[in-house]
Amino acid sequence: MIEIHEKVCIGCEKCVKVCPVDAIFMEEKIAKLEQELCISCGACVTACPVDAIEPVLKACRANSAEYSGVWVFAEQHGNVCRPTGPELLGKARELADELGEELCAVILGDDVEDLCDELAAYGAEKVYMVQDEKLSNYNTEAYTTALISLISKYKPSVFIMGATHLGRDLAPSVAGHLGLGLTADCTGLSITEVEGCKVLLQTRPAFGGNVMADIICPNTRPQMATVRPHVMQPLEPDHDRKAEIIEEKVKIASDSIKTEILEIMEPEETGEISVEEADVVITGGRGVGGDEGFDRLRELAKLLGGTVGCSRPIVEDDIMPKSHQVGQSGKTISPELDIVCGVSGAVQHRVGIRGSKYIIAINKDPKAPIFEMADFGIVGDINKIVPLLIERLKEKSC
Amino acid sequence: MRFIVCVKQVPDTTEVEVDEETGTIIREGVPSVLNAFDEFALNLAVELKEKSDENIEIVALSMGPPQAKEALTKCLAIGADRAILLTDRVFAGADTWATAVTLGRAIKKIGDADVVFMGQEASDGNTAQVGPEVAAHMGIPQLTFVTEVDSVNSDHVVCKKETDEGFVSIKCELPSMIACMHTPGFEPRIPNIREIMKAKRKTYEEWNHEDLGGEPSEYGLDGSESVVIRTYSPPPKGEGIIVDDEPETAVNRLIQFFEDEGIL
Ligand SMILES: Cc1cc2nc3c(=O)[nH]c(=O)nc-3n(C[C@H](O)[C@H](O)[C@H](O)COP(=O)(O)OP(=O)(O)OC[C@H]3O[C@@H](n4cnc5c(N)ncnc54)[C@H](O)[C@@H]3O)c2cc1C
Ligand SMILES: Nc1ncnc2c1ncn2[C@@H]1O[C@H](COP(=O)(O)O)[C@@H](O)[C@H]1O
Repeated sequence: MIEIHEKVCIGCEKCVKVCPVDAIFMEEKIAKLEQELCISCGACVTACPVDAIEPVLKACRANSAEYSGVWVFAEQHGNVCRPTGPELLGKARELADELGEELCAVILGDDVEDLCDELAAYGAEKVYMVQDEKLSNYNTEAYTTALISLISKYKPSVFIMGATHLGRDLAPSVAGHLGLGLTADCTGLSITEVEGCKVLLQTRPAFGGNVMADIICPNTRPQMATVRPHVMQPLEPDHDRKAEIIEEKVKIASDSIKTEILEIMEPEETGEISVEEADVVITGGRGVGGDEGFDRLRELAKLLGGTVGCSRPIVEDDIMPKSHQVGQSGKTISPELDIVCGVSGAVQHRVGIRGSKYIIAINKDPKAPIFEMADFGIVGDINKIVPLLIERLKEKSC
Repeated sequence: MRFIVCVKQVPDTTEVEVDEETGTIIREGVPSVLNAFDEFALNLAVELKEKSDENIEIVALSMGPPQAKEALTKCLAIGADRAILLTDRVFAGADTWATAVTLGRAIKKIGDADVVFMGQEASDGNTAQVGPEVAAHMGIPQLTFVTEVDSVNSDHVVCKKETDEGFVSIKCELPSMIACMHTPGFEPRIPNIREIMKAKRKTYEEWNHEDLGGEPSEYGLDGSESVVIRTYSPPPKGEGIIVDDEPETAVNRLIQFFEDEGIL
């Protein structure tokens, strides 16, 4: 909820301008809020130059004392750990230390015992494991049941998952069933104190990345969030570190499973690094001009040890597979370096690359919106720039 | 059979701009549109209805301020048979959980839903949580990241959905919740004049919290479990260097930039 202190308001109207839902209006030179429209986004709180607007927080419920432990969901596919597990353990180590609580990993699957040592090496003190043939492939109902059982029994205070397709399917299912607050696709996590309680502060982009929001779930436990892949750093693995392994049996009734996979369509293993996991991505758009242009981008990617991504029209024209599409209806990437070629920079594309450390844009149109977010931009023709760049990089590496 | 399609009216994000001074979004004069994935979901539902021999009713459902009627009017023109707007001051400020509670209750009140269609995510909040939370609230199975619906009959649906590794073809018992996202090349239906006129005669209703039952405190901000305590503009990236020069010079400067920043 948002409160406006009318006596402090100086009538500058900044809040009126920033409100995304037009919930604030001026009455006799004082800002008034129409609660009915307010979405509590807090844009006005930030905009107010005189602190006349304040969010009103709810207090923590006492029962939070019963919950302890920072849990990380360790995703596996084909009995291989996904990178999000180690990444999140790295961040969760800090959170656990600050809370003075245990760091635990949770792994579900069939025959996944071997993966526990890896999770220990990345920092888990305990690993909760459920093994069942119904968990060998991901299934929403079976995974939800297993996690809800573990949570209800062991009562962790924090539970985080990767914001992968799997995580974004599973987390809201778990939170929905338990009636928990849940924050999606976070890019930052820390501990903060609210009314004397240590709570998880979850930072995430909203409105297509134009706004960052700090969110807490003060009343529900565990505090749940999904975290964008490739944003957190794993610890150096230490294979001498051992974890206590707690194997739980969970009853997963066949009747509770309503879905059945008929066919798995996975692209052949090309040995290519996926766009989400790559440190260098060369993204091509409509300006690249077809297969030949993309061959050149692949050459550039190879030189830099990276991979090629693309905008949506490139997938529609069948030049690149969907798995390489970057953006709102494609993948969210966060490489060290993203060289964006011939992409105009529509908002649906930009939301996918915001996490990149360095963005280099090459476009012949100086007004292309992509330049607004570039660390380095070249106004010019790709057909000239890219070959030159390849040449120079080859010279350098000799 | 009955399909319920949940649609949200969102700001047209392609036109959203950030206030240089405050770093927040300027919404003045920014039009609202039907969330693109929701429009896709509705198109899928309408197509399935046209292809099916069964008698299918499509209900478009939205929670939002009174203006969201526009979005529903559009849904009726595209092919929904009936539209319901959940609008009430107590619904304001809802997080995904409270939204799911509200939609879930409305879906139960409408009754006999075979498929609840949703968008994969809304372009304003980008949470992708409301669909699965509605499914949880209703106790029905969910399919997310759905790009195609191959077939539907009164007891199951077969869909293609995107996974982290590729795609799967998956069969799901009904009733179920299906969260849809675009397939490449999707062109939304543009209703013609006749369809727009016909839409005016279709049933449009508005429901408030009394229609849904329960306490006002279960809805909106009071019913929410996540609390936004601060919003701000993303940390500035710093002014980028833009080079508009001969290709050779430009590439040399880029190489220099890589060296200065220690990138390569
Ligand atoms: C719901 C929804 C979801 C979407 N999801 C995505 C998504 O996930 N990912 C995505 O990318 N898009 C997505 N889009 C589409 C998006 O809105 C844009 O249409 C798309 O990103 C544009 O792709 P582009 O930049 O490659 O093409 P264009 O916009 O056509 O831009 C091409 C650019 O290349 C430049 N150019 C041309 N020739 C040259 C040359 N010789 N040298 C240098 N520059 C040149 C031009 O100046 C231009 O800026 C989505 C849209 C919707 C509605
Ligand atoms: N207020 C709402 N009214 C109707 N449907 C909604 C509303 N909010 C979310 N949805 C549905 O839930 C989907 C996911 O939204 P979100 O979880 O906000 O990303 C949307 O694409 C809609 O189908």
